[in-house]
Amino acid sequence: MTLRTEPVVINMGPQHPSTHGVFRMRVVFDGEVIVDMEPVFGYLHRGIERLAEDRSYHQFIPFTDRLDYLASMTNNHAYVLAVEKLAQIEVPERAEYIRVIIDELMRIASHLMTVGFMLNEMGTMMTPLLYMFREREKILDLFEMVCGQRLTYNYMRIGGVSQDLPAEFMPALKRFIDEMPGYIDEYDQLLEENEIVLARAKGVGVLPADKAINCSVSGPVLRASGVKWDLRRNDPYSIYDRFDFEIPTRQNGDTYDRYRMRILEMRQSVRIIEQAMAQLPEGEVRAKVPGNLRPPKGDAYGRIEGPKGELGFYLVSDGSPKPYRCRIRPPSLINLTVLRDLLIGWKLADAIVIFGSIDICLGEVDR
Amino acid sequence: MTKALSAQDVARTIGERFPDAVVEGDEAAVFVDGGRLLDVARFLKDSPDLRMDYLSNLTAVDYKDHFEVVYSVNSIEHNHGIVVKVRCHDREAPSVPSVVSVWQGADFQEREVYDLMGISFAGHPNPRRIMLWPGFDGHPLRKDWGQAQAAPAEGGAEKDAPECQ
Repeated sequence: MTLRTEPVVINMGPQHPSTHGVFRMRVVFDGEVIVDMEPVFGYLHRGIERLAEDRSYHQFIPFTDRLDYLASMTNNHAYVLAVEKLAQIEVPERAEYIRVIIDELMRIASHLMTVGFMLNEMGTMMTPLLYMFREREKILDLFEMVCGQRLTYNYMRIGGVSQDLPAEFMPALKRFIDEMPGYIDEYDQLLEENEIVLARAKGVGVLPADKAINCSVSGPVLRASGVKWDLRRNDPYSIYDRFDFEIPTRQNGDTYDRYRMRILEMRQSVRIIEQAMAQLPEGEVRAKVPGNLRPPKGDAYGRIEGPKGELGFYLVSDGSPKPYRCRIRPPSLINLTVLRDLLIGWKLADAIVIFGSIDICLGEVDR
Repeated sequence: MTKALSAQDVARTIGERFPDAVVEGDEAAVFVDGGRLLDVARFLKDSPDLRMDYLSNLTAVDYKDHFEVVYSVNSIEHNHGIVVKVRCHDREAPSVPSVVSVWQGADFQEREVYDLMGISFAGHPNPRRIMLWPGFDGHPLRKDWGQAQAAPAEGGAEKDAPECQ
């Protein structure tokens, strides 16, 4: 007698603890093995690109905080960078240094969350995550000093930043930067050779380099597949060409490498911040920019290496005080292009870990 | 630094291979005829001097009398980039060939342009809306959206239901 079997469709999400927000995966199983997957987006779509068209260039900055809310500062930076490119605005030196320090702190904070939750999904329940929350808390305290906010900062301005660093900021940053490498060592000691982590992540969800490039994957996910592509080095914006740092890569492109990439990048971020602190000049933090900014007719694409990948803003100006078109290039959404291929052939429990290792933020996926 | 290739040079190179494909090349972008886009895309990707293997951004702009689809492509090997644009004058049923077969990274981005701007991509493997629900009226990033439409249709979730199973 032959048993009749049929594929089972399971909707993971939109309300599911592992999907990091309102994301739905329509997964087709043959027994326990995934044979097909379709991502369903749009549950958090707020039409932010359209909202930009009804606001002045300055007024749109707080909206960028609500894209990837785990890395609001870098969203601010990408947007003001695109406007500055469009309107050809010079940014004071000190503001550029402040932006770099803030961006790299944001990168550490965002990677801490990625790694923490990824490990959580692997089964190292809560302990590493709480360690990482401890460090992220210190970064949020630093951000609170500079702009009074802990999540949606609205700190960067077209032509600089909203205010100079307060007196207590530098000593606190120094303390944090001195401590941080020790914390990363601590994570490595606990997790690098951890049996659970190795079993759940090594060789799971392998992304080959050519596939990653063809699917426009960016950020740590691309570099974990062995492609040395980092906009801070390949297309330096702001003042990244002044710092000495490495672009780490890994070769296997599996979940374990994507986890290691984030740890390696945090170490490099610490290095960049140390140099930026040493070089930080005195001076203005904000260029004079008219409140009613009217960039000349034309278009500009400004992009930065955000914690999740290439974050870009494509702006079109028709000479009026409002953007004619504002396109946000979301690394989170585009990195998901490979998700279906990564999941096929794996089991449900692996799917959650692979998905976590891509690191998305739904505020940015749906916009 | 990612070298921005001179669009005029790239336009000339493409023009030598496909004489009728290039509409014009200004300082920043190469304007390509929509009908020849796939040939040009393959050429940009496979030609050893260009090797544009990374599609970094794909979007569209509504200029009221025409649409413009914008492709920002990069070469990881040579670290250079170029912007390719396609103009689309048909307002009723604008259509551009899909480049998913060349750069798979275009998949979600083309779906998004279709969803929000209403430009269809011929040959796309999954040409459906991505952000909005299937019964949504119109394409909200078009400049004339909201004039013809009443409030967004109710019952969107129900229309989505058959797909949920």
